[in-house]
Amino acid sequence: MSSEPTTAGTTAREPNHGRIVIVAWIILSLIATPLVAIYLGPIIPPGNGTAQGTEQVFDNQVMTTLITPLLCLLLVYFVYTLTEFRAKAGSTADGPAIRGDSRVQFIWIVTTALMTLALAAFGTFELLQTGSGGGQGPSPIAFPANHQNAFEVQVIGQQWQFTYRYPSLNGMESNQLVLPEHTTIVFHVTSLDVIHSFWAIELGIKADANPGVDNVAYAVTNGPMTFHVRCAELCGLWHGFMFNNGKVVPQAQFDSWAKGAEALYAPIAKYVPAYSHIYLPDPQRRAG
Amino acid sequence: MRGTGFKFLMAGAAVVIAGVVIGLYVSKLTNLAASPAYSVPVKQTASGPVVNMTIQTVAAVGPKLSPNPDWVSYLIQNASGQWKRETVWKLPANATVHVTIYNFDGASALRNNYLARPQGTDGNVYTVDGKTLNAINPDDASHTFAVPQLGLIVAIPGVADNAKNQCDYAPCAMSNAHRTIQFTFHTHAPGQYRWQCFVPCAAGWIDGFGGPMQTIGYMDGFLDVA
Repeated sequence: MSSEPTTAGTTAREPNHGRIVIVAWIILSLIATPLVAIYLGPIIPPGNGTAQGTEQVFDNQVMTTLITPLLCLLLVYFVYTLTEFRAKAGSTADGPAIRGDSRVQFIWIVTTALMTLALAAFGTFELLQTGSGGGQGPSPIAFPANHQNAFEVQVIGQQWQFTYRYPSLNGMESNQLVLPEHTTIVFHVTSLDVIHSFWAIELGIKADANPGVDNVAYAVTNGPMTFHVRCAELCGLWHGFMFNNGKVVPQAQFDSWAKGAEALYAPIAKYVPAYSHIYLPDPQRRAG
Repeated sequence: MRGTGFKFLMAGAAVVIAGVVIGLYVSKLTNLAASPAYSVPVKQTASGPVVNMTIQTVAAVGPKLSPNPDWVSYLIQNASGQWKRETVWKLPANATVHVTIYNFDGASALRNNYLARPQGTDGNVYTVDGKTLNAINPDDASHTFAVPQLGLIVAIPGVADNAKNQCDYAPCAMSNAHRTIQFTFHTHAPGQYRWQCFVPCAAGWIDGFGGPMQTIGYMDGFLDVA
């Protein structure tokens, strides 16, 4: 920066602000970036409940690490500006004139644009690997290995509860979500009324539940665990109470649970519609 | 520029005010402390606390009990035999709860037929007019009493459309046509457990699920387990 005349008419020598900021930024980045990569990145949710969850943890780790230097630059610049260019007490002098610097602007725009494009490319590449646990609509384009033999579970949302159907278990429906471990699962998510969103938090699965739509999401379970399910779409006054817990269990335990759940389901089986990827309940007698 | 700033300020203030008003309205609807709670009498026994609850469901709550006389509603009978439109019920933890529901309303049918299977009750069964059942025809369902957090689902069959002496407004008398549903369930850890009706039975509301279906004091409430 050039020197500016003071109100007293003298010329004070300005420090090289740009160099100070850059040096402080490099030092802070060298300290913060490894810390973020090693300690913060791995603990960002959702965790390792599924292969998709593990992918998300890796993605979060990479992206958080990459944006750390940028965050450091903004922080350093912000703090330096607040302290260095603060008006002195009692001073009535105007601040230094603000002028554009095409070189700084060019570097900023190009650097941030490249970073954004690189992160978008990385995110897209990762998303297309196995679907990253997200709902892909009725015609998914990203699949995990062995998806042809995936174990199918249907998620049905309604105000304000999720229920689950298992087509391979005679279409059994349950208010419990139990999954076998180390298994490729395909969720078919739909709704009977308004828009909900099925979010199995620790599994890294999130898929909108739209009435009349089959939204498909894949997951490959890891070991036994308990996970939380929440609705992630504001679906009415009691949306906040639309939650339950699910379990990933060993195959033998799953078989035992399935046997009991099928027995519980048997009396209502004849009244439940045949398994379908969507349901369109008839208009109800009192519905307006 | 000053004019633009002023407009931004006004727009921001309007957004904040609207947010506060909406927040206050929602908190009023969902605030348990503002809702009358009924402490159900508890009988201490050797096997733990036992509670008997008597409830009625009505097609129209009537002008004596509500400013919304046409709204469908649950009512609970207090110790002196009066029917109260209170749907937050204080219950002891780890208690056995015997419930009797008198339903004076007709059938509306379930949106999810699976919910016609009683669950979370003792033996996963209940009695309807003295007959033990493990399912009803979902088309016959008038209401449900369901506590998702407890896994409790009870579908309540409705009064036949051609039944004689149907009740117009609550509180209904036992001489009016009704169904009697009885079951037993158990409370567990202390907490607030939301209960609701899953039958879209709110006449005149979109999808039958507005108004009384989303308002404490009518078709949903809480078990305040302590």
